[in-house]
Amino acid sequence: MKSKLDLDHGVVAACRQAARQITDDVIKRIDGHTTVSVERSVTRLLGVDGANDLDVPLPNVLVDHVHDGGGLGRGIAHWLGNAMLHTGRTPQQIAEAVSAGELDLLSLASSLEGEHADEGAASNGLGAVTAIQERVASECAQRLQGINARFDERRAMRERLGETPTPLRYVLTATGDVYEDVVHAKAVAQAGGDIVAVIRSTAQSLLDYVPYGPTTEGYGGTFATQANFRIMREAMDEWSEQHGRYVRLSSFCSGLCMSEIAAMGAWEGFDNMVNDALYGILYRDINIVRGLIDQRISRMINGYFGVTINTGEDNYLRTADALEAAPSVTASQFVNYELACASGVPDAQIALGDAFEIDVPVKNGLLYEWAQAQLTRELFPDCPVKYMPPTRHMDGNLFRTHAADTLFNLVTIATGQGIQTIGVPTEGIFTPHIHDRVLGLQNVDYVFNAAHDLGEEIEFKRGGIVQTHAQKVLAGAHELLERIAQTGLLEAIADATFGDVSRKEDEGRGMEGIVETDEDYFNPLTDLMRESTYA
Amino acid sequence: MLRAVDLKAVRPYADHLDDGLVQLSFTLPVSYSLAARKAALELAAKMGFEEPEVVHYEQLTDGYTYFVMYGRCAQTIDFTTLQETGFDIEYLGEDEIERFAAEHVGRPIVVVGASTGSDTHSVGIDAMLNLKGYHGHHGLEGYRSFKTYNLGSQVPNGVLLAKAIEVGADAILVSQTVTQQNLHVHNLTELVEMVEAEGKRREMILACGGPRVTNELAKELGYDAGFSKGTYPNHLATFLVRELAARSSAPAPA
Repeated sequence: MKSKLDLDHGVVAACRQAARQITDDVIKRIDGHTTVSVERSVTRLLGVDGANDLDVPLPNVLVDHVHDGGGLGRGIAHWLGNAMLHTGRTPQQIAEAVSAGELDLLSLASSLEGEHADEGAASNGLGAVTAIQERVASECAQRLQGINARFDERRAMRERLGETPTPLRYVLTATGDVYEDVVHAKAVAQAGGDIVAVIRSTAQSLLDYVPYGPTTEGYGGTFATQANFRIMREAMDEWSEQHGRYVRLSSFCSGLCMSEIAAMGAWEGFDNMVNDALYGILYRDINIVRGLIDQRISRMINGYFGVTINTGEDNYLRTADALEAAPSVTASQFVNYELACASGVPDAQIALGDAFEIDVPVKNGLLYEWAQAQLTRELFPDCPVKYMPPTRHMDGNLFRTHAADTLFNLVTIATGQGIQTIGVPTEGIFTPHIHDRVLGLQNVDYVFNAAHDLGEEIEFKRGGIVQTHAQKVLAGAHELLERIAQTGLLEAIADATFGDVSRKEDEGRGMEGIVETDEDYFNPLTDLMRESTYA
Repeated sequence: MLRAVDLKAVRPYADHLDDGLVQLSFTLPVSYSLAARKAALELAAKMGFEEPEVVHYEQLTDGYTYFVMYGRCAQTIDFTTLQETGFDIEYLGEDEIERFAAEHVGRPIVVVGASTGSDTHSVGIDAMLNLKGYHGHHGLEGYRSFKTYNLGSQVPNGVLLAKAIEVGADAILVSQTVTQQNLHVHNLTELVEMVEAEGKRREMILACGGPRVTNELAKELGYDAGFSKGTYPNHLATFLVRELAARSSAPAPA
């Protein structure tokens, strides 16, 4: 892509360098830790599912059992592997036995070492540990292979049915009832939607567990559960086969269960995931360290299973002024990109966030939006980018919102964004109705078609409003990144650098779920994924 | 000459006085067909619209059809009876609240909030307190004039009160979403009793909110105000700044 913005390549390189430094520092700060949700995702990928009589999911039963006994620093896989060797049961059967109070994983440990010593197969603790790790790693490798096979089938289906050329139209449903979501999803698919995302119930991000089973009651959205994922996937696969166009599904790896939802989504064949810890940290007051550890593993799982991640920079613009905050969006894109790379996510799966949120009365607002959108494309040419519609200043006058969405659609097509969350006229009134989403899609269709090749035709005046604004935003981002590289990301968040919100390292929800790992911590899942990603 | 509006019989205006034209749009859960169109027309007639007209209809997906319609509204409203009832409640906007607080309170207003008891729903208290707020309206955290502490959900009344005393709260906010078997009434009453037992009732504004909470219920339980569905953070903030201003200008009770 030829640059339309006349950017200073030295500044861009300096931004990347600072972002890498920030990322290295973050990884250093969170290394040596795991969390209850990371460990639960290990159990999920080992096949543990279901809930007990009190509706407590079995992954929670298992991990809490070991955490309460003080053993989580070795990793849940160690204790599970130990129990598998000792009892010959599957991880699921072990979880059920723990839930029934018939099995204590921590007291099994010493007896195993004794038995193996008798057999002479492993005459010391180390030998026993090796046996445990081999047992659980082979189980894990088998499971990963199983999911990979499912992913390959899905990729083949996607290729066979075909997709719309980009920008892909990303549409939400949020009825609270998964069966109604299916109706909405079919309607938006029919109107040209390419990615359907079921918004989660508002309260879910703060639950330190993933609810079990299909749900029909949610607040402002529908609970993300494995059963709900399956219901949506089956319905959309059926629609895709009938209509000869593949419809993607997306959900949310956010809140306190980022990595678990990544694991569930991988199994159920989800194609995209919102994946940004900063959202939970800033807007749901989730502890920074907890969020960043969960995000690291969550992105690793998404990256490994071919899922496109969407980051959440657009949200900063909803709480801070869009023009003032523009450099923080660009800076965050650089950091989010590096953090995703560090988790092994390839460029083509990193959809960085951006939004069209400049207040309506701002003179030349369209030009500034255009500059910012073009800037994001030029800085990350191989990333799809997820471009979000105006929401903050949409006031309930649905006709004005529809007009604003038209300009948004124009910028989307002219700057060649990879994914566009469609604007809906009733934004800011209520959870949009089924026909509101269809009206939004019709607007998209009209503009994408009418201005299809506009981007190819346009160049910007040298030193004009668009170029100058983009260069100013980039310079601001550079300054910010250098400052964050000096202080560290955690301190920058404490200083309210993003979205005008301040969060401190030793505050926030979910902190009690952070666990320091022992020397002999074992996590076969991350080991295997790393091996294949960096091989 | 332009005809005068008869304020005793007001009806919608589109093009000419008293034409009564109303725009309607809705979806019916039936397949796109002539029968669907007929259903929409009959429905509009049942709603009391004269000469209903479908100007656009289309299939959304199998079994769902969307309509845009016009109809003539035959009903009228006696506007003269409404003008006198003091119908308009004036809430301040975000900037006005900041200015009002700076002028009349002159220090950060400390607010502690939680969803109490066994209630796991933080959606209400988050909407009021967290920066993200609700429907594009910032929560109190986003105001310069407020210092907020959101303790989240499932907070025991004792913990909430202890925090309020610790930070010298001007106001305590309680959110109650779960209302089965009047659980909310029990929770709300318990807090008032605890605040009174600590001798802090006069020092703190007590407000509660939730889908089944009303201002009447709140007052009955001993709160200063109650907020129901449709409340935005600026409604709450308006109440708080006005109440604090009124209290600081009133002579201290003997």
